[in-house]
Amino acid sequence: MELVCPAGSLPALKAAVDNGADCVYLGLRDDTNARNFAGLNFDVAGLDQALAYAHARGRKVLLAVNTYPQPDGWGKWTRAVDLAAERGVDAVILADLGLMEYAATRHPDLRLHLSVQGSATTYEAINLYRRLFGVQRAVLPRVLALRQIEELVARTEVEIEVFGFGGLCVMVEGRCQLSSYVTGESPNTAGACSPARAVRWEETPGGLESRLGGVLINRFGAGEHAAYPTLCKGRFEVAGELYYAIEEPASLNTLELLPELARCGVRAVKIEGRQRSPAYVAQVTRVWRAAIDALAANAARFAVKPGWDTELRRLSEGRSQTLGAYHRPWK
Amino acid sequence: MSATRLALGPVLYYWARERVLAFYAEAAEAPVDVVYLGEAVCVRRREMRLADWLATARRLAEAGKEVVLSSQALLESEADLRALRRLAEAGTFRIEANDMSAVGVLAGRAAFVAGPHLNVYNARTLALLARLGAARWVAPVEISRAQLEAIAADRPPGLEIELFAHGRLPLAFSARCFTARHYNLQKDECGFRCMDHPDGLPLHTADGDPFLVLNGIQTQSARVYALLDDLAAVARSGVDIVRISPQAQGTFDIVRAYRAALAPAAPARNPDAGAVAPAPGEACNGYWHGVAGLATIRPEGRIG
Repeated sequence: MELVCPAGSLPALKAAVDNGADCVYLGLRDDTNARNFAGLNFDVAGLDQALAYAHARGRKVLLAVNTYPQPDGWGKWTRAVDLAAERGVDAVILADLGLMEYAATRHPDLRLHLSVQGSATTYEAINLYRRLFGVQRAVLPRVLALRQIEELVARTEVEIEVFGFGGLCVMVEGRCQLSSYVTGESPNTAGACSPARAVRWEETPGGLESRLGGVLINRFGAGEHAAYPTLCKGRFEVAGELYYAIEEPASLNTLELLPELARCGVRAVKIEGRQRSPAYVAQVTRVWRAAIDALAANAARFAVKPGWDTELRRLSEGRSQTLGAYHRPWK
Repeated sequence: MSATRLALGPVLYYWARERVLAFYAEAAEAPVDVVYLGEAVCVRRREMRLADWLATARRLAEAGKEVVLSSQALLESEADLRALRRLAEAGTFRIEANDMSAVGVLAGRAAFVAGPHLNVYNARTLALLARLGAARWVAPVEISRAQLEAIAADRPPGLEIELFAHGRLPLAFSARCFTARHYNLQKDECGFRCMDHPDGLPLHTADGDPFLVLNGIQTQSARVYALLDDLAAVARSGVDIVRISPQAQGTFDIVRAYRAALAPAAPARNPDAGAVAPAPGEACNGYWHGVAGLATIRPEGRIG
């Protein structure tokens, strides 16, 4: 089982490598990747440094070029793919069909991963990407139950990667336009969900309010942890009831499912969080490395250690965790 | 170029069988050219079986409509794939592929419609889908006029372009059912509560603004996307077909208003004339104008 960790900066990449990531994924400093945030990501020199650091230690670097090329920017996306091939990136993570065709034609030796933004939830979809472009790995949207993942893995030769820990998209990735509805920018078009430039915080007599594009997302009472206003994680009113109508602010944590994921034939676990600090990346990577090593040493006796659980819980959004769709109550 | 045609999108809500049949009986008489049929949102909604959809499709075809069967947007299981294959093999009707699974099943076998839930944002991707068999492309709902014009300029020969022009916007899909969540029910024991909400279950912000609509696993805009006053620009942009998404009341009043606006030499409508039918929410048209979808922008050439 490979451990795939995020890096939004060179220090985060080093933290991931030093703490046991097998692969580190990152993006360029523009809207070609789905974590297009100010002050984040890599320029060409930074990418070279990242590759040198990781390759010297026998680890891989994956470049996410996983937004959808817009009509006026095709060249920017193909340059990102060309750059990956020229600089020796180990694989590119792509979502767009046209860009995948470009990569497969122009750089036949470049390894292709299908991004979660490609919204492929079945083997029929994944096998189509395999037939058309020789895709070698697919990252599954966070919507399938374990049983469904098992069915899928059995019917494809494409390696399957799943999300293990971090921020949780409750919507099918690549199938959510909530952010552009409110702000004009979505993950598909601009590489950003609920962008920081659209966020406003305001103290009011009713409490601390968070707004996105002017829309009230949440109102926090004294002592409540005020989470970032990701718009699907707000408190809304439905039929007279005010609650987290779509999803609570919580992190996905599937550590306890690790043996099941391995048994299903999942080949890699992905940690979300390219926008997170190097310290966060170091801590999460360390815990997951220890867990994967423990699983490899003795799968039958695998158990989540209380220390791992404590550490991950401390790092979780709203300090709460969920098993997401892997777990039955969603179904 | 031929005149812009009018399509009726699939009913996105869960309506009782009698209501669906009555709706399509009216559609058969209405001035629409294309009718999309089928359950694209939730596999658990089975008021209409495949045989019912096919019978409805045949009646509409006999009434002179082009009929397209819409496939599921989110597939999760082998059972979902079996349903997809049954739809694809059902007969002579074209399929709207709303997921790459459907493209995989149809590629090289039958011409299909590339639905609005496939992520097509550039002409290269569209050309590839055309080679796989796409005869028509329904643009993503968030597409702007500028993006659409750029793609239309490079479109594969013969490929038609359709635009979602009226209705609550289908914005997101999830594995989780938000209607069931509201009722504290599990998804697979949901009691089919969607049926109590023929226009979806409204969601408001804490300060009382209508914001979204919960429609099972789908989340929609509370505002109604309405390009009626932008239709001249839509027609000039390369769009061949405009889609109206059904709502519980007044859908065919909307159809007639769009038909009138698309008529040759139709006078520009006064945007202050108001809604043409009772609307379940305020109007918006931001996506078309390249801004936040919920925004309302005055049509070009008019001073607001």
